[in-house]
Amino acid sequence: MSTPQPQTHQQAAPAPNGQSSPGTSYTSPIPITRTHLGHALTSEWTKIKSVRSTMWTLGVFLLLVVGIGLLVAAQTKDNDYADVPYTIPAFFGLILGQICLITLGVLVVSSEYGTGMIRTTFTASPQRHRVLTAKLLIFFAVAFVVSAFAIGFVGLVTSGMHSGASDSEWGGTVVRGALYVSLLGVLALAVGSMLRHSAGAITAMLGLVLVPAILPAFLMISDGLRTLGEKMTDYNAPNALAKIFQLDSENSTGTSQLVLLVCVTAAAVAGAYALLERRDV
Amino acid sequence: MIQAVGLTKRYGDKTAVYNLSFQVRPGSVTGFLGPNGSGKSTTMRMILGLDNPTAGQVTIGGHPYRRLPNAPRQVGALLDAKAVHGGRHARNHLLCLAQLSGIPARRVDEVLGVVGLQDVAKKRSKGFSLGMGQRLGIAAALLGDPQVLLFDEPVNGLDPEGILWVRNLMKSLAAEGRTVFVSSHLMSEMALTADHLIVIGRGQLLADMSVRDFISHNSADFARVRVPHTEPAQREKLTAALTEAGGQVMPEQDGGLRVTGLPLPRISDLAHDADVRLWELSPHQASLEEAYMRMTQGAVDYRSTTDQRAGFQQEPPPGAMPPPQMPVPGQGQPGWYAPPSPQQGGQPFAMPQAMPQGRPPAGPYGAPVPPGAGEPNPYAGPAQPAPAQSAPVPPAAGPAQPAAPDLTKPEDAR
Repeated sequence: MSTPQPQTHQQAAPAPNGQSSPGTSYTSPIPITRTHLGHALTSEWTKIKSVRSTMWTLGVFLLLVVGIGLLVAAQTKDNDYADVPYTIPAFFGLILGQICLITLGVLVVSSEYGTGMIRTTFTASPQRHRVLTAKLLIFFAVAFVVSAFAIGFVGLVTSGMHSGASDSEWGGTVVRGALYVSLLGVLALAVGSMLRHSAGAITAMLGLVLVPAILPAFLMISDGLRTLGEKMTDYNAPNALAKIFQLDSENSTGTSQLVLLVCVTAAAVAGAYALLERRDV
Repeated sequence: MIQAVGLTKRYGDKTAVYNLSFQVRPGSVTGFLGPNGSGKSTTMRMILGLDNPTAGQVTIGGHPYRRLPNAPRQVGALLDAKAVHGGRHARNHLLCLAQLSGIPARRVDEVLGVVGLQDVAKKRSKGFSLGMGQRLGIAAALLGDPQVLLFDEPVNGLDPEGILWVRNLMKSLAAEGRTVFVSSHLMSEMALTADHLIVIGRGQLLADMSVRDFISHNSADFARVRVPHTEPAQREKLTAALTEAGGQVMPEQDGGLRVTGLPLPRISDLAHDADVRLWELSPHQASLEEAYMRMTQGAVDYRSTTDQRAGFQQEPPPGAMPPPQMPVPGQGQPGWYAPPSPQQGGQPFAMPQAMPQGRPPAGPYGAPVPPGAGEPNPYAGPAQPAPAQSAPVPPAAGPAQPAAPDLTKPEDAR
């Protein structure tokens, strides 16, 4: 291997006494631009598309949602869609697929802590809030586009297979379903930023998704905790998705569940910002 | 220009850095030395705004790091060669850093060429060796063509050619008028690279001076005396005579004697008076390593002990004596490098008389120096022979004098 030298400047002997006058400080010929969020966004876009974990988690997500969705669509009959939207087959894949988005959300930030990359990142951009904002925006955009594509694709195929069976509007379920799972991923990103540990943050998020779905069965035993159990039943993540896809025939669209998730995510993101500025890296 | 004022960092009740004040000036390579755990990396992280100081502040060009509008264009840093996401290509790693500060993508290819990684640009950095990781880290530091450069242990894991390259790179960066701040454990490397030294121990400032001053103020110069090894009685006799005359005598592993506190002619006279024949009487010039060891020996946190292997041995029979062991320099023997010299009032080392920026003496290590501390070398007889070296050694580089055989000088010092 050769020993390359910096191109333009020949090596000069150091100043004899090791000191030079303060006026001779170096200035770079490359003009210095003031950085803004746009720079951080392009940087985070490069980051998210240049690691394999993104391809793995999104690939598995697509496989689950589209694969399970098409299987379900093939197994159902036309009259199953009498008063439900065509996107319902995607629901079953999303129950599993949301875990992929949670994992990706956590990894987007915690992998930087795990590898030490975060020190390089925060050295390159000491405006830490800008980096987190860019991560949140890029991740949300990627997750939303991918999940909306998956749900929409399943809806299109299903409507082709069972045409004329449903009079239910299904465009809204694509947006709300994609929004719900993407927000879960954003919540995971915020939790990952607070916990800074991949395994810990993924476990915490799985607990957050699964415990409210399982715990109500035990809470229902006691009268005092019955209302709490009922709320959990209503608002847990799998049930919220079921409501969004109008699986129960109460004609609800899961708006209150979405609002709750927005509030929880906003609180977690606010916590992530507050801790980010204060803590040592 | 990096300026730290009263920098303090505590983790719980452990103080990593205490009341550290220094300046790093442009146009020279400033070495940052200290034993393991002395707070070098913590200081580096505080300079880069990664850790918030408990007290005090540090500024670069007058601004705290986190207030710089485009930090990578003003400050480049290599903190940890492994601080990269291993799953990413070298080029993508640099590209995402470049985009973060609005640096055009072709600059990425430039720095990849500068560090010699252009052939592995599309390889994932997980498979990089330590030396390749260091080169990638140096590329990231050079990316913004910054005025101020910080390198934490830049030559770790590099091959000899890479070490030479880093050495020349540091010097050329400084010659362009940049501020170069380098931490290292390799004294021989610092002696060749640095113009100025900042030494800390246990989080406090021990020294802030040029390499040349550092060596002369902390010199562990001694005379090596050897008597015929066939006559141990002569050795005892000479030791007694020299000690009586006010010198300190330490036995060496190979039977020689290290004598401090007496000029060479006086040692010769004493030997003559005691009727002892000498086989060797040679002046020994200190290297930067010895000066450093001498200064920091009181501030070393992690010191090795001699491996007795007692756990493997059977109970010795009663009255048995363990075999005598010859001392190994620096191992379980803290006084090896620093016989206290009487001229300096028993100070383990001396600070220069004129202290830069009027900084107060720091803590128990930087005690004030009594007048007369800067006395000339007691062995300074005729002028020292100038080192005849072809390597690009700056005049301030210390241990170049090929004096007596130097046990402690690593082989790459030349």
